[in-house]
Amino acid sequence: MATTENPDSTRLPKATEERLEAIRAEAAATGKVESGAGRPPRMDRPPRDERSGGGVGSSEGKFPAGESYYNLGVVKPPTWTWEIAVYFFVGGISGISSVIGFIGHVLHADPTLVRVALWMGLIGAMICPGLLIADLGRPSRFLNMLRVFKWRSAMSMGSWILSAFGGAAFTAVAANEAVRYGIHLPLLPQIAWIGEFGGAITGLLLASYTGVLIGATAIPVWHQHRHLLPAHFLTSGLGGSAAILELLGFLLPVTQFLGFAASAVETLLGISLELKPSQVNKPLHHGRSGWTMRIAGALEGPIALLIRVFLHGSAHGRYATAICFLIGSCSSRFAWIWAGRASAHDPHALFEEENERIRARAAGARAL
Amino acid sequence: MNKTSAFLTDATICIGCKACEVACKEWNEVPEDGLLWTGFSYDNTQALGASTWRHVMFLEQPATAGPQQVDMENPFRWIFLSDVCKHCVHSGCLEGCPTGAIVRTDVGSVLVQKDICNGCGYCVVSCPFGVVDKRHDDGRAFKCTFCYDRQSAGMMPACAKTCPTQSIKFGEREDLRAEGIARVQELKARGYADAQLYNPEETSVGGTHAMFVILGKPDAYNLPPAPEVPTVYLKSAWTSALLAAMVVIAVVCAAFLF
Repeated sequence: MATTENPDSTRLPKATEERLEAIRAEAAATGKVESGAGRPPRMDRPPRDERSGGGVGSSEGKFPAGESYYNLGVVKPPTWTWEIAVYFFVGGISGISSVIGFIGHVLHADPTLVRVALWMGLIGAMICPGLLIADLGRPSRFLNMLRVFKWRSAMSMGSWILSAFGGAAFTAVAANEAVRYGIHLPLLPQIAWIGEFGGAITGLLLASYTGVLIGATAIPVWHQHRHLLPAHFLTSGLGGSAAILELLGFLLPVTQFLGFAASAVETLLGISLELKPSQVNKPLHHGRSGWTMRIAGALEGPIALLIRVFLHGSAHGRYATAICFLIGSCSSRFAWIWAGRASAHDPHALFEEENERIRARAAGARAL
Repeated sequence: MNKTSAFLTDATICIGCKACEVACKEWNEVPEDGLLWTGFSYDNTQALGASTWRHVMFLEQPATAGPQQVDMENPFRWIFLSDVCKHCVHSGCLEGCPTGAIVRTDVGSVLVQKDICNGCGYCVVSCPFGVVDKRHDDGRAFKCTFCYDRQSAGMMPACAKTCPTQSIKFGEREDLRAEGIARVQELKARGYADAQLYNPEETSVGGTHAMFVILGKPDAYNLPPAPEVPTVYLKSAWTSALLAAMVVIAVVCAAFLF
């Protein structure tokens, strides 16, 4: 029983030794290994074409010099799982809800609407950290996120923004509820105002920084759209917040107006994305990410808009448009993550972009 | 001032023995990274990653591409190059790391401190070279440490120490840069017209602590021809965020007022 096991061996895939045995058996039996060629588990990349090699010398000059290394991606795909896509969606809605709550309060809107919007901000602020921590490789070390303050790291800024938003959203709700239940403490209304104002400012940052977060990376399809992404995510959060308020029964002109505005802007953004075919934009137009992006964009934009235009008078029409927008908004976040993965697997988009940069720099140098 | 270490890896000297890959794994106790048969010449490693800190590439190019050919009956150009973390002068992973786990060491290298990394994965998408990655069973990000432990004890990194042809040179960065330039000139004089030094100094990366002498375009080695530190995109992205935020405030105000 005294077998000493290498602690590292527990990290190795169990199938490894069996696989080697199978390959040795196949080699002994047939003199070659056909089933041995394979791909690593987590590097799904574009299918091989005639440029890929097939053993020593087998490319026989078919592999043009100066192309990529066997069509493998240059940059690494994002490791983020579904939690991050859902976080982008929930963070956007809760951030904008706090904005709607604060501005509604300032402009003396329906107090119930203000109360529900502020609560939506707080509930979102409680869900978001859970999603982020679940995605960490070492969840127990989540507090390390607040170990340093780095304005040059969008991830660090996001951690601080989310923490500040959570504090502000809690302060706003707690103070307002205390006032509502007749608790009279000095400065309570003022504290509520500070919480609401802080929640609105950090809410705007929370709903938009996620666009900066993926816009400031080495992934070509993300950083090429760094101007569009924050605006897109903010608009999506605005429409999503209005949609949830509608589903909660606030079929008011306010939510109608916000829904119209968000769907109109999303329609324009969707068209602008569709009209830019390029190697870098390929993940936005082809494959799983492309079709999800298209369908999500249609649901958030034109379809939600049309339902709103034709059925604006009926409650069912407004519920339908709200659900339509929410589905589109959430799936567009998944589509952006998937597009980033597809983009990382495409070396040609990266080379096209960077070689263009070199040509532009050379042209600039000649002009001087 | 401190010594600034660097690698100079030369594709015209490498014989593709992969001793650097093995030495790196042995010294750093890097776990297995997949036993796969790719059909990509002699390369079954494919790319750098969380458990691959040195990677020997095998390029097969048409004989028309230039000298360094094999197989006299059906000649083709065969090139080997040992890839490694670039230890950028301005490093994307270091800038992006939200925990401060990734630091610049006193020898100028970029190090992931494994007792601090919480596996957020932002360095993975921040590296313009696709070097650092998350080890999925461990959860943290890993990459070449530049054998910081060995360097601290006055030893050279394991890969350079073991390289039998001195294709991997280790030394002071300025010395190796000069050596690389001289080597390219020498190669050109000997008929290797497409020899060049890969050290992207004119981009925001500002050069690397791992330079390469290569034949042909960097694209063929999956080396990005003009890498940028992703922080250069921050200003325009935040500007867009702030403008859009102001529009959102205006729209919400309008919604309540109409």
